[in-house]
Amino acid sequence: MEPTTRIQREARPESMLLNMGPSHPAMHGTIRVMLELDAERILSAEVEVGYLHRGFEKTCENKTWFNLLPYTDRLNYVSPLINNLGYAMTMEKMLGLTVPERAQLIRVLMGEMSRVSDHLTCLAAMAMECGAFTVFLYMMKAREFLWEAIEFTAGARMTTSYIRIGGVRADLHPDWRGAVATAVKETRKVLKDVSGLLDGNSIFLGRTRDVGILSKEDALSYGWTGPCLRSTGIPYDVRKAHPYLLYDRLDFEVPVGDRGDNYDRYSVRMREMEQSLRLLEQISALIPDMAPLAGGPAVEPAEAIRRSRRQRVEGPVALSPNLEGSEMDRLAGLMAAGGVGVPPKESTYTTMEGLISHFLFFMDGKGIRPPKGDVYFSVEGGNGEVGFYIVSDGTDRPYRLHLRAPCFHIVAALEQLVRGRLVADVIPTFGSMNMIGGELDR
Amino acid sequence: MGPETLIEEIRAGLGDAVESVSDSHGDPVIAVKADSVRPVLAALRGAPFDYAVLLDLTCVDFAAGEGRLELVYHLYSLSRNVRLRINASVPAADPAVASLVGLWKNADWLEREVFDMFGVRFDGHPYLRRLLTYEGFEGHPLLKTYPWRLAQPRIPLKDDE
Repeated sequence: MEPTTRIQREARPESMLLNMGPSHPAMHGTIRVMLELDAERILSAEVEVGYLHRGFEKTCENKTWFNLLPYTDRLNYVSPLINNLGYAMTMEKMLGLTVPERAQLIRVLMGEMSRVSDHLTCLAAMAMECGAFTVFLYMMKAREFLWEAIEFTAGARMTTSYIRIGGVRADLHPDWRGAVATAVKETRKVLKDVSGLLDGNSIFLGRTRDVGILSKEDALSYGWTGPCLRSTGIPYDVRKAHPYLLYDRLDFEVPVGDRGDNYDRYSVRMREMEQSLRLLEQISALIPDMAPLAGGPAVEPAEAIRRSRRQRVEGPVALSPNLEGSEMDRLAGLMAAGGVGVPPKESTYTTMEGLISHFLFFMDGKGIRPPKGDVYFSVEGGNGEVGFYIVSDGTDRPYRLHLRAPCFHIVAALEQLVRGRLVADVIPTFGSMNMIGGELDR
Repeated sequence: MGPETLIEEIRAGLGDAVESVSDSHGDPVIAVKADSVRPVLAALRGAPFDYAVLLDLTCVDFAAGEGRLELVYHLYSLSRNVRLRINASVPAADPAVASLVGLWKNADWLEREVFDMFGVRFDGHPYLRRLLTYEGFEGHPLLKTYPWRLAQPRIPLKDDE
């Protein structure tokens, strides 16, 4: 059989070819790294991707603008809220919408929690693959606190679909403040522990310091963004370069590295989490508590059920405002006007007009209808610049939707980074890149 | 230099390669002739424009009605902190354009993806092979003529080589 890959064709006859992956216990994500070896030394490498390709862009062309949102959760599934945000903000740019301030505050809060959990996952896996299983468990513990705080409000840990075109789905859970404060406190503790375990650890340093070095010029040439680009010393962060939401009003720094090796990529992510925790504290202080609703004191749910056995309950029932069916009264402060949000379920189920507006939102050919044209917008994701390029032909679904996936560009550099190194260096180098199959392969 | 003067300078610098200049929700877009893509992007990459980053490359299928595919290049200049979009139309019947391999390192994978998804041939690409789908996949899935949910036969297990 004729060899199909470059490495098979060009390998020297005396060298050995070795596959790492597509399914390898020390590689998170399905990716095939083919290595041409001289004993332990890597002479050349070829990376094959696409094992998680599921036709995201094609699928989006066949879904309405509103209905494709859950697919964006599954791009970078560790920080789904940032993908939601990227898509929603691209659509808002196209539609010319202004998002209410409370919704913007909530978006920053959710985005930063996602960023921390993204970095935690990356470093946890990277450290585990270098043998530091304790670090993995500590970081997973911190991530659980963050995801719990997200789950309080969004109702799901990963596939949230919480950030919607025009705003957010519903208000924060009444206990969000405590949950976020706990998550910040616990994460900070974990970061301190992990710093103590890894920063001066000679085993970890041996596998990361001066391994997988990429120069500034090459990083730009590969289109690197995010923590990986900043590890080479270039302070490009979309939140600073093209501020969106309220980032220009918040105080945070952009940490950079100086060598662009695996250790710098680890260290930049660690320091960025510290900054994100600072942002979480600032933003928590900025989000006002929910104003009590008009209409008298609310009845507790259990009491309302008990009373309803005898007679119809008058007045509001005290339900969490993030539950479906109790968000209507607060929706004005959370969703832009102009019919871009789902009509509230209370009116859909109780009034004729509500039901009609529900159908007018979801029926084929109705709902959100952006003008003809194309638009590009990007946000800072866990891995770098998450950009959406969308072409609309004026109908109810995209003519073309393209995701600029940050780790696509980063993983493309793997072949160069491992050339001339040892087999064992593939693991921490690949780990420090934070390849996410859902985003890379789309 | 303000954004408008920058675009004017680019237009003057590129001469008759530029077909049109437009604005997409505040972002500058320059349409260029397909046969001048490589010289135009090489010029923009260097001084004085300094668009050092090829942020993205994708394609849009306008074959129905207009008979063309549109390549969309996103550039970013770190020193000026501005983005620029370059469009180039190629005929849908025989889509081909010069490769950017050698100018940017990520052009390799980006062009392979567009080749895989749209069948655009990048002349001068040293290794134009499918990226996301597999060897033996038939058709180019992001073309509008490719049906949604078309099932392709499973590929047989490879023999030991």
